[in-house]
Amino acid sequence: MPAVDEILAGKDICICAGSGGVGKTTTSAAIAAGMAARGLKVCVLTIDPAKRLADSLGLRELGNEAKRVDPALFERHGVEMKGELWAMMLDAKATFDELVARQAPDEESRDRVLGNRIYQQISNALAGSQEYMAMEKLFELHTEGRFDLLVLDTPPTRNALDFLDAPRRLTQFIEGRSLRVFMKPTGLAARVAGRGATVALGVLKRIVGFDLLADLAEFFNAFSGMVDGFQARAKRVNSLLADPHTCFLVVCGPQGEPVREAVYFHRKLVEAKLPFGGVIVNKVHYPTERLRGDGGDLGAALAARLGDEELAGRVAGNFADYQALAERDAGNIEHLADELRTKGVIRVPYLDEDVHDLGGLAEINRYLFASAEERVALAAGRA
Amino acid sequence: MPDLLDKRLVFVTGKGGVGKTTVAVALGLRAAAEGKRTIVCEVSSQENASRFFDHTEVGFHEVEMEENLWSISIDPDESMREYVLLQLKVRAMRDLLFRSRIFSYLAAATPGLKELVTIGKIWELAQLDRKVKRGRKYDLVIVDAPATGHGIGFLQTPRTFASIARVGPVHSQALQLNRLIVDHEHTGTAIVALPEEMPVNESAALESELRSEVGVAVDRVYLNALYPERFSNQEAERLAELAAGENGGVRAAARAAVSEHGRARSQRAQLARLRRRVETPVRTLPFLFEPELGVESARELARRLH
Repeated sequence: MPAVDEILAGKDICICAGSGGVGKTTTSAAIAAGMAARGLKVCVLTIDPAKRLADSLGLRELGNEAKRVDPALFERHGVEMKGELWAMMLDAKATFDELVARQAPDEESRDRVLGNRIYQQISNALAGSQEYMAMEKLFELHTEGRFDLLVLDTPPTRNALDFLDAPRRLTQFIEGRSLRVFMKPTGLAARVAGRGATVALGVLKRIVGFDLLADLAEFFNAFSGMVDGFQARAKRVNSLLADPHTCFLVVCGPQGEPVREAVYFHRKLVEAKLPFGGVIVNKVHYPTERLRGDGGDLGAALAARLGDEELAGRVAGNFADYQALAERDAGNIEHLADELRTKGVIRVPYLDEDVHDLGGLAEINRYLFASAEERVALAAGRA
Repeated sequence: MPDLLDKRLVFVTGKGGVGKTTVAVALGLRAAAEGKRTIVCEVSSQENASRFFDHTEVGFHEVEMEENLWSISIDPDESMREYVLLQLKVRAMRDLLFRSRIFSYLAAATPGLKELVTIGKIWELAQLDRKVKRGRKYDLVIVDAPATGHGIGFLQTPRTFASIARVGPVHSQALQLNRLIVDHEHTGTAIVALPEEMPVNESAALESELRSEVGVAVDRVYLNALYPERFSNQEAERLAELAAGENGGVRAAARAAVSEHGRARSQRAQLARLRRRVETPVRTLPFLFEPELGVESARELARRLH
């Protein structure tokens, strides 16, 4: 079982992917903290608008600029910090604005886009625009080269693939070439587009109304000078994702549903020829001693030690419940390893306490970075 | 204000992995048992609810699961086809539109459009005067809402579209959808939470956003998967001593008990925090020690819903 630092050796980018509620944000923060403790300058990016990451790193709030996590905090938790840990939360709107400013040929084109009403809505409020911008920010930070490693906590979409498709969709939307042509019903454009298209446009007008179409056309026109720039950029973002220095880690929980989704996501990564690094299963129930077939004896032994049959019964019942969950988890993880044809399943146990601070992250890292034992100087201060 | 299950439309919402589907199905079973004609809607082709009933995938169809209980998986593409047909009324015209490049481009690339047509279908299901032919009338529509990773994006979509389109059919229909969402008489939400530090914080933030930014009624917070209090503090102390001096099965069992006790206690502390931080009534649902949750687990929870 390789440890996270072995999987990430020589990588520039680590993308943690998986369905919601499996501890992706915490895992991303733990990986970033662990790699930073080992001497790298690491930045963790989250898209999750909840304040989870900020909370767990002792930062009051995160914004679109990377902030350094106070090294003194690590010392307080008994963690030796050899590198630097930085964190930021993606602000989709601000990232989009920056991107427009960068791509615009002149100030007038820039202001025309930034002032466009439709642009202001889609860049800010609508579900989906965050994925559009996550990849962009990752690309930008990578190009700047300020960090040794970038760890991306992907958006908790139910469909974990949405964000992979983001650069293509963004370009497609901004391109809007067909609509620009269609909105000029006279002249060469209409003749090129053909009669069928004109009919379709007529039908479309009936559904969405002329005004909205005209507004959309204005929106696309505003972008007209930037389409090539956006396309070129999307292509570079895609090749960054497929680069051998990028690594996708699939994060999941041990229950049936998250495991099914992890298998599905892994298959999609392979199909898209994206570099898969390993899978991390969080909150695993695993007994330190696996016991089988001594249920009856155990009850009697407990009763003898405790001198209280009723209490012994409750203890045995609780243990049986726990064992059943542990066996389920073991079975699901075996299935996961088979499906992914990997031995690289990293298990993090269901800890006795919730993880919501640096101490908790250090506790998790004892498992994530476990096999390189000489480097487990990152022992939890309270262990 | 009417109680949760007396409404026409209920969104079950919360972060990913908190048990929204389980709670949605349990609410559906409860309402159906009370004689309400109920449909449970899924919105991202996951078919989690149909899996509960060991049913083959239901797809974009209203399929009867039990007496008074139906299920549908709302596919945005299908919703779009249905919506456009309702608007144009002529199938050939719809097909012409769907074949055109301009439409497929706009439909695929416009952010939020999937969410909008999904909410449109939910609205249609909740009408007493259904728009689709031979549409069944439901007393209650329960939506297993998408994970609130994007905050409240899903429920805000109609309002956003209403302001993108200042006038015209999209504007007025988006406003109509939003009116249903903010109708406290007929529409409500239930937030599902877990008894852990950050999920509690997030649920409190979600409650305030739903109320102030979306304007939807928040009727219930369900704190899900609460461990039973199996041991007293005194017993836990005894068991900790036992674990320290033993080996093998006795030690492992005693340690498991101590760990359960610790979790149950910290969960009670989180429950208290949640109650302090939200205005909505909080109800608890027990953790079910079952390897895989099925319809019987949901039935068990349905009995405990209140």
